[in-house]
Amino acid sequence: MEGVAELWRFRELFYFLAWRDVKVRYKQTALGVAWAVLQPLMTMVVFSLLFGKLGNMPSDGMPYPLFYFGALLPWTYFSATLTNSGNSLVSNAGLVTKVYFPRLILPTSAAVGGLLDLAIGFLLLLVIMAYYRIPPRPEMALWLPLVVLLFVLALSVSMILAALNVKYRDVKYTLPFLVQIWLFITPVIYPTSLIPARYRLLVALNPLTGIIDAMRASLVPTRPVDWSLLGTSTVITIGVFIGAFIYFRSAERTFADIV
Amino acid sequence: MAHSIIVENLSKQYQLGTDTSDLLYERLVTWLKTPLRRKTEQRSARSIWAVKDISLGVQEGEVLGVIGRNGAGKSTLFKLLSRITYPTSGQVKVVGRLAALLEVGTGFHGDLTGRENILLNGSILGMTKREIEKKMDAIVAFAGVEQFLDTPVKRYSSGMFLRLGFAVAAHLEPDVLLVDEVLAVGDAAFQKKCLSAMDEMRRGGRTVVFVSHNMAAIENLCSRAVWIDEGRLRLDGPPKEVIEAYLGCNTDACRLSADLTNVHNRRGNGDARFTRVEFLTPQGEPVRFLGSGDRVLVRLHYEAFADITRPDFEVGIYTDLGTLVTKFSTWIDSDVTSLSIGQGQVDLLIDCFSLLPGRYYLSLWLKIQGPTWFDVLEHCLQFDVEASDYHGSGKGMTSYFGIVFLPCRWRVRSEASVGSLVGS
Repeated sequence: MEGVAELWRFRELFYFLAWRDVKVRYKQTALGVAWAVLQPLMTMVVFSLLFGKLGNMPSDGMPYPLFYFGALLPWTYFSATLTNSGNSLVSNAGLVTKVYFPRLILPTSAAVGGLLDLAIGFLLLLVIMAYYRIPPRPEMALWLPLVVLLFVLALSVSMILAALNVKYRDVKYTLPFLVQIWLFITPVIYPTSLIPARYRLLVALNPLTGIIDAMRASLVPTRPVDWSLLGTSTVITIGVFIGAFIYFRSAERTFADIV
Repeated sequence: MAHSIIVENLSKQYQLGTDTSDLLYERLVTWLKTPLRRKTEQRSARSIWAVKDISLGVQEGEVLGVIGRNGAGKSTLFKLLSRITYPTSGQVKVVGRLAALLEVGTGFHGDLTGRENILLNGSILGMTKREIEKKMDAIVAFAGVEQFLDTPVKRYSSGMFLRLGFAVAAHLEPDVLLVDEVLAVGDAAFQKKCLSAMDEMRRGGRTVVFVSHNMAAIENLCSRAVWIDEGRLRLDGPPKEVIEAYLGCNTDACRLSADLTNVHNRRGNGDARFTRVEFLTPQGEPVRFLGSGDRVLVRLHYEAFADITRPDFEVGIYTDLGTLVTKFSTWIDSDVTSLSIGQGQVDLLIDCFSLLPGRYYLSLWLKIQGPTWFDVLEHCLQFDVEASDYHGSGKGMTSYFGIVFLPCRWRVRSEASVGSLVGS
């Protein structure tokens, strides 16, 4: 509890670090903040052509661009956060060894910084919906709590990775691989409905499944939100968060000594 | 008066060697070489106490100077005070807001502008946004970077960078300020500015603790000084007394030997370590000073944690400008066949210590041929060579004659033969 009070005391530093991450991210780039949407947009185009047109992937009745962009937005946020936040302690080693502040600030501010890209991407999602003449639905308000859930999940995994990374740089090399595998086990490229019923439970163990599935489902009336799947994901996410928090707090005492 | 800082039996232990290393490769190589032999008890022996049993109280408004050699534990003490690292045992209690200045410009980001970095750095050092904005103009004026305020700091000169970093720090208003050796950088004008800024903080009634090798600064600014030696509090008292004791030790026999167990600044895998180095007479007695041309014994004490075949001990002597004068190596000059686990000594007898007077540094290597270093200690001992009457002429050679002298004799023959020498 003391730790949480301390986090609150350091909220300004937290804000400044998130602000720095956002500010620095697109400095000295020609396209600037456009990069925030270009990445998921390009991937969406490739996926739509490759898996949609070429592979005839079922898309729950959604146009392919919307089907893919709706999932790629949260996915891009998730994978970018894992990478940035997972490396945050190591890349800020200069701060960790020279200044005291609650260490949790570093992975958290990295995770918060990415939310801006997600917000910008969401605007583009609305544009794509308008193009296909799909009116925004009240169910889309679900995105707000879903983004919170996504944030908590991305932060929790990043906290574990960041703390491990301090001691074992192996994490740095494992990360791209982990992200790649995670993309395949999450219904981004394919719809959840493609998974045979007997594997449903197994798939639900990946908490990202329920979150991304619900985000996608809320966009169109053709598919209802799978509440039991989302519920499982929520419970697992909270569990992962508690575990990650406890682990991080116990590991942080030695960060400055071994980073 | 109330205490600002209370330190009780503070100790910090660091593990040496590869235990916490991230170099999996290095770990694997050492393991392959000595499989099954690296027991846990050996590992726990390979640790050092960077800070040991320090108890200290600093009163409100006091300015405390901390002195000690490199590697004595000053920086570790600061990191413990500022909670950057956690003590192995003991306690630290700080009353009020603490700011630690361990380097200038912590967290500066090259891509951000001067103004943005002031905000960021100020926040990192513990200022609130409102405070920073209120002091922005003063900080900018202090640093003298008005025209470059919207330029990314990666385009700054190193001097501007430094000034900006210190300017932010000088406008901190913490209750307790820790300053580590920041005065060592920058030109004379900058240092003067820094010192007067610190003086102002002192007059503002703030508690300041600062580490410096600048004894004049310690004596002028501090109301009290402590001398940290090998992780322990060696002396605590009025600055003048502590400085005299510290310098006295360093200029006397102390400098001709060094305990190396607590030196942090070393490389190598730690299978064997130097524990001590000393200059002795050929009979093995301590020397009070080193003279040009003396017969000298350099004794290296080591501890091996693994059996090592064909080890190579090397001793390098450098001038104070960093030029290598000479290097001794058992691989070239001698043959040490093996070291077994445990402690030992290696003696290097130098028949004629032919260095001219001046200040020199000793570096030590313990390795085997090939890319394996057990212990590398660069500039681990600083020593002075005094003038001596080697040639028995009643006149000593000075540093004016260079770095080394070669034992020699002059012979002058008759004028005719000198003439023919010139002619040939």
